[in-house]
Amino acid sequence: MSGHLTYQPQNAFMQWMERRLPIAGLVYSSFVVYPTPRNLNYWWTFGGILSFMLGVQIITGVVLAMHYTANVDLAFNSVEQIMRDVNYGWLLRYLHANGASMFFLAAYIHMFRGMYYGSYKEPREVLWILGVILLLLMIMTGFMGYVLPWGQMSFWAATVITNLFSAIPLVGESIVTWLWGGFSVGNPTLKRFYSLHYLLPFVIAGVVVLHVWALHMVGQNNPTGIEPKTDRDTVAFTPYATIKDGFFMVVFCILFAWFVFYIPNFLGHPDNYIPANPAVTPTHIVPEWYYLPFYAILRAIPNKLLGVIALGASIVILAFLPWLDTSKVRSARYRPLYRQFFWTFVIVCIGLGWLGSKPPEGNYVLFARIFTVYYFAYFLVILPLLGKIEKTKPLPNSIAESVLLEGKPIGAPAPPPPLAKA
Amino acid sequence: MVIARTLALAAVLAAFTAPARAQEHDTATPPMNKWSFAGPFGKYDRGQLQRGFKVYREVCQVCHGLKLVAFRTLAEPGGPGFTIAQATAIAAEYQVPAEPDDQGEVKPRPARLADYFPPPFPNEQAARARYNAVPPDLSVIAKARGYERGFPRWVGDMFTQYQEQGVDYITALLQGYQDSPPAGVTLPPGNFYNKYFPGHAIAMPPPLTDQRVEYTDGAPMTVEQYAKDISAFLMWTAEPHLEARKRIGMQVVIFLIVLSGLLYFTKKKVWHEVKLHPEKLTPRPPTEYPRT
Repeated sequence: MSGHLTYQPQNAFMQWMERRLPIAGLVYSSFVVYPTPRNLNYWWTFGGILSFMLGVQIITGVVLAMHYTANVDLAFNSVEQIMRDVNYGWLLRYLHANGASMFFLAAYIHMFRGMYYGSYKEPREVLWILGVILLLLMIMTGFMGYVLPWGQMSFWAATVITNLFSAIPLVGESIVTWLWGGFSVGNPTLKRFYSLHYLLPFVIAGVVVLHVWALHMVGQNNPTGIEPKTDRDTVAFTPYATIKDGFFMVVFCILFAWFVFYIPNFLGHPDNYIPANPAVTPTHIVPEWYYLPFYAILRAIPNKLLGVIALGASIVILAFLPWLDTSKVRSARYRPLYRQFFWTFVIVCIGLGWLGSKPPEGNYVLFARIFTVYYFAYFLVILPLLGKIEKTKPLPNSIAESVLLEGKPIGAPAPPPPLAKA
Repeated sequence: MVIARTLALAAVLAAFTAPARAQEHDTATPPMNKWSFAGPFGKYDRGQLQRGFKVYREVCQVCHGLKLVAFRTLAEPGGPGFTIAQATAIAAEYQVPAEPDDQGEVKPRPARLADYFPPPFPNEQAARARYNAVPPDLSVIAKARGYERGFPRWVGDMFTQYQEQGVDYITALLQGYQDSPPAGVTLPPGNFYNKYFPGHAIAMPPPLTDQRVEYTDGAPMTVEQYAKDISAFLMWTAEPHLEARKRIGMQVVIFLIVLSGLLYFTKKKVWHEVKLHPEKLTPRPPTEYPRT
């Protein structure tokens, strides 16, 4: 968005610096005077929370890497040594393991918020697609991280997921051997997963920069889904957005701390405290909770190749969302029909998650199939048609109007801001 | 379209309440015990840990190792609370391989505080040869076992902080032996029937009997008490820093609640004018918005 006001440093050094590397000016225009819609609700604080979680994961991860040993014979015990003998090692490891869950939780909320308020629509398509790329990178990073403790679930998750590639006709088996670096999941697999698990978060950080850049180009969407037109529609990023984001980030940290300090193994699987044993297959191989909906889609389809395709498609299809949703109206606030389908979609995703944790038999498979059909129909049938048949509610003229009509009547309207001092 | 939602909702409900047909076998659900280390203020009961350690040494140790546990931790804070002298004496009762001597020979020597509990078998094959099974190492067993909580109980567990599936399971398992299997069930040779063990056929013989371990602190010398004490001890070996974790957790959560309260009121103050008196907002230079 335009409206980046110029930063005029008073300090002599900052003036000198600004003429050479205008980094203070960049920060000033992006995080201080940057106009944000005045009506953003708390669902908009998850972007900041996600940046914070990425920071937490990288910092705890780098320290854990100083103590971890990527070797099939030593990995499990090195994690236990971190838990026992490294100062506050238990804290670092529980922060990192539960941090991954919190990261995904925040990402899913962030995405559902984007879908509810139509944040992916023109001109924010690239912003959304960068978000889908971030999700893909997170999925890969989280999966490889789960393998590192080399427990039973680590080993068997790695085996199951890498084996998915064997469904590819002709070259599948060769690809799997190449991924493993051998003829089964073993030491080379663990070491390359470790290497990539260290690399990918920095790739994520890079894409986050692009994501934020794209955001600052097009500006934030808001609950009305209409663009700000005047200064009455926006407030400056600092202090308004900073304090609001900061407050909710701390609230989110309470949840995070609850898991880390009181129920650190709640989201994990007991089998991952059993050292990996290629000769013993666990009764049920289940992934971490944040992959369960995708896992349910994979298993809902009886054919392996088609299942793998559906699994991939369930994520990739998100990238096409800006063009699949044909409605010109962004926010679900003014789309009564869309709202119903959206909430059904949320329930279906949660339902798929629950089914993913169940063995693939009987009614579980039946429901997984019904939900999978809805998942894809939502994108491929419902959204394209809905834009054409839905009668939307009238939109407010401006953000300010929607806020003022909603709330109590207020005093005189804000005077037009004076021109910038020359 | 209300129909679509209702249908989906009905489907979800149906799935959630679907009969527990997929429940693993017909394994009995372990009863929940009261543990001193449960909940936000949880602390180990030193007496219980010392009794549990006694049970380990006199019963379990013959077959099960504790290879991740160092003798020094017996005297570290948050543990069974032995003195350093006691822990040193305990360590000295164990033999570990010494460093190679001048002739390159490795002889056994008494263990020191820095050493770890030596394994009961040199390797898996030795264990299998003797018992036809490999008794698992018990260092993290309390976290490596559990039982399916099922919906909706697992949701409640998040709020009640129930993290004791492992110890409850072990306590139940040690008391879950039945002299003869139910009619129609045949056990593989050398196996025992246990109603809490998945599949019921367990290779471990019933390890505990009343009066088997002598307690000197007046605690009842019953299988039930032994089972609870050894389970609590194994919780400590699996989570030696549990007390520190919960103590720091309370400090962190209180700090965060206070901080979030302060930030909330700061936020309210900052936003006050935006919400109620936008006319009082500090004037700022106009921003150019893209045409819509």
